[in-house]
Parts: sequence; C-alpha cells; structure tokens
Amino acid sequence: MKRVINTFLVLAVALVIVSCNDKRTPNLQFMPNMYEAVPYETYMSNPNYAPGMEERMPVAGTIARGAEFAFEYDNSIEGYELAKANLKSPLDSTMVDADRAKSLYTIYCASCHGAKGDGQGDLVKNEKFLGIPNYKDREITEGSIYHTIMYGKNMMGSHSSQLTEEERWQVTAYVQELRNN
Amino acid sequence: MKSVKQQSLTARLAFSSIAFLFFFTLNLSAQGDAANGKKLFNTNCAACHKLDKDLVGPKLGGITDVREDAWLKAWIKDNAALQATDADAKEAAKYSPTAMTAFPFLTDENIDDILAYTSAPPPPPPVVATGGDVVVAEADNTLLYILIAIVFVLLLMVVNLYRTVSELRDDAPKRKTTGDQANAIWAAFKANKFLHFLLTIFFLLSTAYIVFSWFMQVGVDEGYQPIQPIEFSHKIHAGDNKIDCQYCHASAKHSKTSGIPSANVCMNCHMNISEVSEGTAIGNHGKEVLDKEIQKLYDAIGWDKDKLQYIEGYEKKPIEWVRVHNLPDFAYFNHSQHVTVAGVKCQECHGPVEEMDEVYQHAPLTMGWCIDCHRDTEVDMTENGYYEKIHEQLAGKYGVEKVTEAQMGGMECGKCHY
Repeated sequence: MKRVINTFLVLAVALVIVSCNDKRTPNLQFMPNMYEAVPYETYMSNPNYAPGMEERMPVAGTIARGAEFAFEYDNSIEGYELAKANLKSPLDSTMVDADRAKSLYTIYCASCHGAKGDGQGDLVKNEKFLGIPNYKDREITEGSIYHTIMYGKNMMGSHSSQLTEEERWQVTAYVQELRNN
Repeated sequence: MKSVKQQSLTARLAFSSIAFLFFFTLNLSAQGDAANGKKLFNTNCAACHKLDKDLVGPKLGGITDVREDAWLKAWIKDNAALQATDADAKEAAKYSPTAMTAFPFLTDENIDDILAYTSAPPPPPPVVATGGDVVVAEADNTLLYILIAIVFVLLLMVVNLYRTVSELRDDAPKRKTTGDQANAIWAAFKANKFLHFLLTIFFLLSTAYIVFSWFMQVGVDEGYQPIQPIEFSHKIHAGDNKIDCQYCHASAKHSKTSGIPSANVCMNCHMNISEVSEGTAIGNHGKEVLDKEIQKLYDAIGWDKDKLQYIEGYEKKPIEWVRVHNLPDFAYFNHSQHVTVAGVKCQECHGPVEEMDEVYQHAPLTMGWCIDCHRDTEVDMTENGYYEKIHEQLAGKYGVEKVTEAQMGGMECGKCHY
C-alpha cells in the first residue's frame, strides 16, 4: 500500500513542476530594471495621453521634419476628378525603381488586384473580396491611381498609412505599367 | 356532334399545350443563365453590390420586382445617358455620391444572366456545419466518460488484487523477505567509504547542473503564448489568404519596430468582411464565436457594419494586444535593418507564423541565438556597387570568398549594446 501512495506522491510532484511551466505568463527576469525600458516605448499604454496610448497623431497644421507635405486634393468625388485631370507623378523614368515598385505592389495590392492587375488576387479567388476590376477596363490616370491609394475608393480603404509618398508613386508607376502591357 | 366536340377538345388541348410550351421556352430564354450570371455579377458588380445587403450601391436581390427589364438594361449600360432622359434614373443616382461605372460592353444576354442570378432564390444554407459540430462534441464526451469509467474500474481491481496478495502473504510461511535483503545492502554501503565519496561528487555535480540550467532559462521566454484581446488567427490571414506579413506590419521596412497594425489597416479588408465564411474555425471556435471577434474590432474603432460607415463622434478605444517578443532594453534591435537591408525572411526569427492560430515565441531570443545567425549568414554582395571596395577588402582580410555578417562587424558589442 505504501508503495502505491509513494508512486502517487511522485506523480503529483511531477505534475506540480510541469504546471509551473506556464506558457501564458512571461518568465522570471534576472534584473527587471535592465530588461524593462524606463521611458515609454512604442505601442506602450501611456496614461498621460487621452485614450491611454503612446501613439499620437501629429498636431494639426504641422509637418514632421523630412515628412511629406499635405496632399492638396480632397477626399471626395471632386477631389478625385481634379487629381485625375491634373495630378502628375514627381518621379521621372530614371527615378522609378522597377524591382522595388513590383515588390511593393505584390505586398500591398496583389492580394486583391492580382499579380497581373487583372483583379484575380488570392482574396478574390477565395471569394473574400469580389468584383475587383481589371486595370485595363478602367479609365484611370496616374493622378487618379495615386488619389485612390491615398484615400481609397468605394470598398477599398486608404493605404497611405502603409506606404510613404514616394512608395505610393512607385506603385502608381507599376500599375500604369500593368495597364500598358 | 359528339365527334365535333371531341375534335375541338383535342384541338384545344393541342393548342394549349403548344402555347404552354411556347410560353415556357420564352420564359426560359428571358430568364437567362443564373450560373453565368453569378460569374458576371462577381466580376463586374460585386465590388459595390451585394444581393442581401446594401454596400456602396443598393442590394440587388429581387431588383427585377422593383424595376423593369428594359430600364435596368439601359441603366447598367450607361446610367449617365439614362439620367438625362429619365426622372426615375435621376432619383436612383442620388443613392450614393459615387457615380456608378458604365458597362457598355455587357450584352443584353449578359444582363439577362445577371438579372436571373439576382432574382434566383439563394441556395439553402448548409445545415451540416452546426449540426455536425454538436454531434461530434457529444460523441467525444461519451467516449471520454466511457474511458474514465474503464480506468476507474481497472483501478478498483488493482487495489483489490493488491489487498488480497498482501493478505495471502501474511498467511504464508516466513521466508527471507526483501526487507532483510535491503538491510544487508545498506550495511555493506555504510562500510564502503569510496562509494560515499563517489556519491557525494555525483550529487554535487547534478545539483550544479540543475541549478545552472535553471539560471540559464531565467529571462528566456521561448514558447511564450499570451492570451490576446482578440482571437486573431495568423493562419487564416497570412496562411489561408496569403496576405503578406508586411501588408499589416507595414513599418517593418522603415522602422525599428515591425508595427502593430492600427485599426484602419484592419478596416481595409474588414469594411467589407464583417463575418467569417461558413466553416471557418479556430480550434473548436466556429463562426458564432469568430463573428463576435470581428465585432470587437468594430467596437474599438466605431464602425457601423449595417450602415457601412464610421459612427460620428465615437470615442475610439485602443485594442490592447499583448506583446509576445520582448527583447530586453539593453539590446538594440532594428527591424528595417534585417528586413530591408539584409532581406531576412520574417519566418527566420518568428517561425512559421502563417501556420499559427495563436502566436507564440518561436526563437529563444538569447544572445547566443543572435550570434549563431550572424556567424552563419553570408552577406549578399552582388549588385551593390557602392560597397564593392570595402567588401573586397574584407574578403581579402579574412581570406574568404563570402563575408559573413559577423566578419562585417555583426559581433561587436557596441553594435547592439550601448
């Protein structure tokens, strides 16, 4: 009888040791004040700001150093038409980096618009998004392409937070290339 | 008289049947092919219209009951031209500020097909999913109960047997018991000094080993898998739907941090996708649970999924994700340096995230682990004319063909600790 009890005891101890190894809580740290940053880090919660976030929007009317200037076309149908007619790419043919433009397009656009711009991306094939047009079927200019990346159109959202101004123009150039081929 | 009547009856029957057939065929041709219509609808209309829900444009299920065929054809082919002549069309255009695209390339048959699709009754929803789940769950439980019962009975039997054996032993004549044998061994052991010495050494070494390994895992969080506020599955997004890592983690290419996507990035897709498709599941959580998880995103950013617009004046709440990969503050790490400059795949450090429903820390993130990779990784020196000279010098200095990251200075203390 004693042997049975002993076996159970050993098993119980083993179970306690295993259950201490918890994947849901972080492990013990040797010197926490060298591990944890003293200042607020990116994405930390910060009680000093309104919704408790460290991330802030830029103050209205300011432009960060080295950042792009404000976009002068409105997020509206009129703004779209104006951009379509007037907005021109600042990149000339030597500044378009075909490889980078293609890889940016593949990351940010091809899921829906397809690698060839025919509207047959993976999300369309999985029937998550439907009715993505072929670029060739649409009357678009570089100005309207840029406006659409900047603000979105219909069910497409704005991609301005994911791409910088220069990258947006690179992608625009690649979309034009897909249309012409 | 009789015969005449009979004749007229047959004639009438024949006539009516012909008329019926004629009507039926006519009707069929007017109805169009719903299957082809679905294909056309998905490529041309579905960006702005759904059958059962308003999107950018109004819902189109049963539109043929509201508008006449000819009007619809004219509208679809060139709605601007129709607006000039038709008051109804002018009224319809006010539905959305966005003008509808003209589709002059769709033929009358194409439009008939599309309209057939819009008026066709939707296919019955597959009942199997929920019903099947419940049945499976029940079956699982019964099996478990049976197993538990069997184990319990077996345990009882073992205990009983043990008792009987020990009772029988007490009755049996005395033999040399195991206890006597153990006593003899113990006496021999007590006399042997060399064995004491060996045992002490063994004991000390194993203790040192255990203590050392325990200290070595302090601060290492391999396998850490915190519970996140939203049951977000990387497997569904990056695996099944093949969305690139950098689509959401967009700042990895320019910044120190890889970027937790702000909710507007989620909304780029989830404006349209307000519920998961039938049969989507994470573990045993099916559609019912997961639709509520998407709703958490809408609650954070203030999106009205029925009206398809942001709620005005909504007090937005941050989604408080729990950070999985925590590098200590005394080590510097920069994502852009690894992702953009070195072109390291995300999976090298983060493991097969596209197969994880719930993300866990794949790598130990210790200094030894960093350095192993820096020692092994050969730097791609082709197509970079700018650094050609320094690469040549380094290769000459180390007498190698390809310079590794460590030889370029990737093992200097001050590169990461300062």
